[in-house]
This record gives sequence, structure tokens and C-alpha cells, in this order.
Amino acid sequence: MFKLFKREAAPPPSSEPKAVIDVREIAKMYKMGDVEVHALRGVNLKIMEGEFVSIMGPSGSGKSTLMNILGALDQPTSGDYFLDGVNVSRLSESELARVRNKKIGFVFQSFNLLKRTSALRQVELPLMYAGVSGRQKKAKAALESVGLGERLNHLPSELSGGQQQRVAIARSLVNEPAMILADEPTGNLDSRSGTEVMQIFQRLNREQKITVVFVTHDPWIARHTNRVIMLRDGSIIADQQVKNPLVAGASERPSLADEMEEILQDAYYGGQQEEYN
Amino acid sequence: MNIGESVRIALDGLLTNRLRALLTTLGIIIGVGAVIGLVSLGRGVENFIAAEFQGLGSNLLFVFSSAPANGTRTTIQPLSTIEAEALDNPSVAPSVGQLSQEFVVPALVVGEAVSIQLGVSGVTPNWDDVRSWTTDKGAFISAEDVDSTARVAVLGTTVVEAIYGDKTFDPVGRTIRINERVFTVIGVMAEQGGGIGVLGDQNEIIFIPISTAQTRMDRARTRDGGYRVDILNIQAVSEDRMDQAVREIEAYLDQAHAITFQGEQDYSIISQAELLNSLGSITGVLTVFLSLIAGVSLLVGGIGIMNIMLVSVTERTREIGLRKAVGARGSDIMLQFLIESVILSALGGALGVALGWLLTWIGGQLVPDLTLSVTGDAVVLATVVSTFIGVFFGLYPASRAAKMRPIDALRFE
Ligand SMILES: Nc1ncnc2c1ncn2[C@@H]1O[C@H](COP(=O)(O)OP(=O)(O)OP(=O)(O)O)[C@@H](O)[C@H]1O
Ligand SMILES: [Mg+2]
Repeated sequence: MFKLFKREAAPPPSSEPKAVIDVREIAKMYKMGDVEVHALRGVNLKIMEGEFVSIMGPSGSGKSTLMNILGALDQPTSGDYFLDGVNVSRLSESELARVRNKKIGFVFQSFNLLKRTSALRQVELPLMYAGVSGRQKKAKAALESVGLGERLNHLPSELSGGQQQRVAIARSLVNEPAMILADEPTGNLDSRSGTEVMQIFQRLNREQKITVVFVTHDPWIARHTNRVIMLRDGSIIADQQVKNPLVAGASERPSLADEMEEILQDAYYGGQQEEYN
Repeated sequence: MNIGESVRIALDGLLTNRLRALLTTLGIIIGVGAVIGLVSLGRGVENFIAAEFQGLGSNLLFVFSSAPANGTRTTIQPLSTIEAEALDNPSVAPSVGQLSQEFVVPALVVGEAVSIQLGVSGVTPNWDDVRSWTTDKGAFISAEDVDSTARVAVLGTTVVEAIYGDKTFDPVGRTIRINERVFTVIGVMAEQGGGIGVLGDQNEIIFIPISTAQTRMDRARTRDGGYRVDILNIQAVSEDRMDQAVREIEAYLDQAHAITFQGEQDYSIISQAELLNSLGSITGVLTVFLSLIAGVSLLVGGIGIMNIMLVSVTERTREIGLRKAVGARGSDIMLQFLIESVILSALGGALGVALGWLLTWIGGQLVPDLTLSVTGDAVVLATVVSTFIGVFFGLYPASRAAKMRPIDALRFE
């Protein structure tokens, strides 16, 4: 196991933006009987306020494991995780619930919408657990911001996949979280819906300065972000800025071969290309 | 999160599974329905019995022959007129006020067109005073009737109805045949309440002079030279001398019947209070039994609710995961499922009250003599109990839901 690229340690002290995510030597180990699976092996990572980051890597490299820890859905076996300066690894279960509610918006590959519940009510859910008032108005505004102002009372079964994912995004941003985490949000979508979702993420990041971190297998999608982090076997093997991020919907998607060439030449370590897809 | 939201979520969950919710609560419905139905039935019967005994008078004692409790003595010496007259003597039994003798003869009674079979009571003239009954038409048996062993009869209204087809008919002066002998009807008793009660139909009765019954209808001689008597109807001089009266009667009869050991008595003395008590203990046993049935069906109902709540929690594991992912605390999830199970069982309780009310109504239609009604305390009890069941049996499933780790719940297939 070798690392091609190592990110510089701490940012210069003069830098203005503060770290939303500060992960130190995080490891995650699953015990399956006698077998120990090391899903994460000492990951260090800092993500600044307002960054737009994609995480890539072969299947089983630990992307979801990392995202779940970042989203306070799971606890690391060892290491510390500072979210907005608070050490999340030390929080109680109900404090974690509060963190998930207030600071994090999570978007899942499989949408995870409640059956038989209208779009409006889905989006009201985090507000309800936050105990805030004026839920309907806020939920409606969130749905409007993802272009679903006309679909407030639709059930998930009455919405397309892309629309369902946009409901999920509205749900993730309604509590005005510090960051939105998305585990393969476009994984279940066709490319047009995927582009729509990317447009929303880009706009949220640009206009509201929301930190966005998502996992993708698609290099073309990754090119829309400002920074790409590569995982392999539970370790970060590459972490680089994207030189000219694409604007979602503004350019045609090139052929897959060209795409591969262009985006990650210096991130490949020479293994099988398929591993990245 | 507030309770209102939890209730809404729980109702949503239940409404999407209406049939299942209904079937789940069936145990509670039947349990609560049974309790309410049976409680009102029990109360109705109790009231009915109490009303029936009210007319008896509270200082009444009945003495009659009965098998000894102790097996060493097997012969029964019947009560006799000699003994009855002795007990009526204040120097023998000062606490005995009035005493009326009764001798019952099984008889075939033939009227104008019909014949009926019943026990005809030969009585002394004071029977109506002792028992506080009155005649509605004509007169009761008189001392002259007894002295002359007259063939006269006083009828109960049920007998009048059986023979003449109408219980308001006035048969005074008509004749009937009792065991092939012709009797003249001289009176009709006022109708006794209760009808078909524990005492039997008290209006299905015919009184004749006791002497006529003992000599003309039967050869009822006893060894002491008197005649056989079946029942002594006795009024103690006052209510607080009832026990004293019993002791005096026992003292005399034990001597007359040569009884030396406890348990050899070949007679029984029963007071109205004892009769009521023994009936009370019957209804008491019944109540315990019914409560047991109700308890078991409520337990089964509760387990049904626990079962369906566990299914519901498992089915909605991913939902629980998602709710936790967007900020629900364990206590929010706990509350949500607890409220769901309480709503389930309270719903069962409400439907059970309706069922109990229906059963009560049907009971009232079937037995018009019973006045049945569902009482408020039964409804309150049912509501409290079913809510408690909901909480108790919902606790385990709800805490299982609350304890789920979000990531495990979200990954659940
Ligand atoms: N609950 C678990 N129990 C045991 N092992 C697990 C568990 N979750 C993940 N793993 C293991 O941890 C490793 C990393 O899994 P993870 O889901 O993070 O990969 P991933 O990068 O998200 O893959 P994919 O691209 O397929 O989603 C894998 O080897 C996986 O088998
Ligand atoms: Mg994954």
C-alpha cells in the first residue's frame, strides 16, 4: 500500500476560512467473526467552510464508511472527528441526534423518503425534530429552491427518481446545516437527472456558501467539484484541487474514454481503470 | 417534538394498515366487551335478586328437614305439628314471634279445560301474615277452613292464567279439581314480583288449608302423634333476636330429635340474610371467574399488540434510521411507537365498550325482567386498563426501536 499524494498538513495560520470537518487518524474496523475488516485505516482530512468536495475510489474502499462517520450516523473505532470545532466522537446519543439535525444534511443514494408521505411533510421532518415553528413555510421554500414548488403534495410514488432525490436534497438543506453530505446522490439517476442534482448542489454552494461533500463513481460528475479526494483500501491516496470545475448543464458530457484521460491523469496510480467506476 | 406530531405519525401508520390494526385489537375488543357486558349482567342479576328478596321481610327464618351433614346418622325424623305448636309457645321459644306451618303435596290440578302439575301448599291461616303476602281477590285460608278441613283453594296469578287463560280473571266461586277432589276457589293472591327468579315463579302456587292437605290428600302422621310438616315459616319477634330465635329452635329440635352430636341435625334453619349471602357468594365466585376470563383475554390482547408492534418496528427499521438521521432522538422514536400502541389498545378499548354495550342491550332484549345498563365506572375502568395495556406491551417494542443505531437501521433490508 503506497500513497501517491499526501495533502499538506495544516493550512497556513493566516487563512480565513475555518475547518467544518477536521478528521484526525480516524480508523474503522468491523469484526466479522474472526475476520477483522479495516474499512478505514487512519484517515486525516480537513474540509473548509464553503468547499465543494467529491470523494472517489473503488468499491469497498471505505467511502460510505467515511461519509457515515462524517454524518454522525456511525462512530469511528479510533481517532477524533471535529465538526465545527466540536469533538463529535465524544458526544452522547441525544447530542449526536442534535448534531445530525442542526449541522448536517445527509442525502442518500436510495433517497430514503418515507412512503405515503407528501413531499412537503418529508421536508418538514427535520424541522419537526428541531422543534421550530413555521415549518410549512420553510419546507415550502426549500422545495421551491430545488424546483419542486409545484409538487408539494406529491407522494414519492408520484415523483420521478430525480424529483425524489431533489425532495431529499430539500430535506437535507431545510434546517440550514453547515454542510450537506451525499453518498452517491446521482448513483440511481439517469444523466439528465444527475445533471439537475449537480446544478442544485453547485448553486447551493455558490450562493449560500454551503459546504458540500459527496461520493461519486462518475469522473464527469467529480469534475463539477472544486476538490477530489481519492480513497483506496481505507486510506486517502490522492487529494487535489480541480483546475477548471465544470458548470453543471453548461457543457456536453464527453465520451467516457476522453473523460478518464482528462480528469484524473495524475491521480491514477496505475491499477485497473475499471476499479474507479 | 410534540405529542400532537407523534399522534399524527402513529395515526398515519395505523391508517395505512387498517385491517391489521383492527385484527390486532380484536383481543382487547373482546376482553373489554366481555368485561363490560358481564359486569352489567352481574349487576342486573344482583339488583333483580335483591328486589325479589325485599318482599320477604328481614326477620324471617325457614326451618325444614334435611339430610344430616354427618354420615353417622342416616334417618331423618320429619318435622311435626306437635313440634311446630311447641315452638309457637312463648315459654319454649320466646324469640319466635309468628309461626306458620306449610305442608306441600304434589298434585294434578284440573281446571275447566287444562290440567297442570304442581306442588299444592297446605298452610295455616297466618301464612300470609308471616310472609307479608296479600290477596288480590276474595280471602285467604281462614281458621274455620282449617278446623273444618274445608275443600277451598287460593290461587296464584300464574295458576289463574294457566287455567282461565287470563291472569286478571276472577275465579272466586269457581271449582277446580285437585288430585280428583273438588275444591272451591275462595281467593287470588296479589302478584309477587320477580316472576322467574331464583325462588322459582312465586305466583305458580295454590294454597289449601293445612288440615285438608295432611288428612285428605295424604296420610301424613308422625310418630309423636301429630302430622308431618315440610316448612316452618317463622318470624322472629325482632330483627336483633334472630340469632336468639335460631338457638331456641335448635335447642328444642335437638332434644325432640334426640340429637347429641354436632352435624347430626336432620333439619336446617335458614334466614333470609343467609340466603342472600349464599347467593352473594355465588355471584362472587362468578365475578372472580369472569374477571379471570377477562384478564386472560386482555393478556392475550396485550400480547397481540406487542407482537404487531414488534412487526411494525421491524418493518419500519429504515424509517426509524431515516428519522434518526434527520435528528430524531431515541426518546422521539420511543414516544412515537408508544403512542401508536396506546392508540391501538385504546381503540380496542373503545370498540370493546361498544361491543359490551351491544351485548348488554341484547341481554336486556332477551331477558326483559333484568334492567341492564352499562355503568360509567365500567367504561372508565376499560379505558384505563386498555391504555395501561398499550403502554405496558408497547414498552418493549418501542424501546427496541429507540435503541437502534441509525446506521444499522438505514442499512436494514
Ligand atoms: N456493517 C459492516 N460490517 C462489516 N463490514 C463492513 C460493513 N460496512 C462496510 N464493511 C466493509 O467495509 C469496507 C468498506 O465499505 P464501504 O461501504 O465504506 O465501501 P464503499 O467505498 O462505500 O463501496 P461502494 O462504492 O461499493 O459503495 C468494505 O470492505 C465492506 O465490506
Ligand atoms: Mg458506498
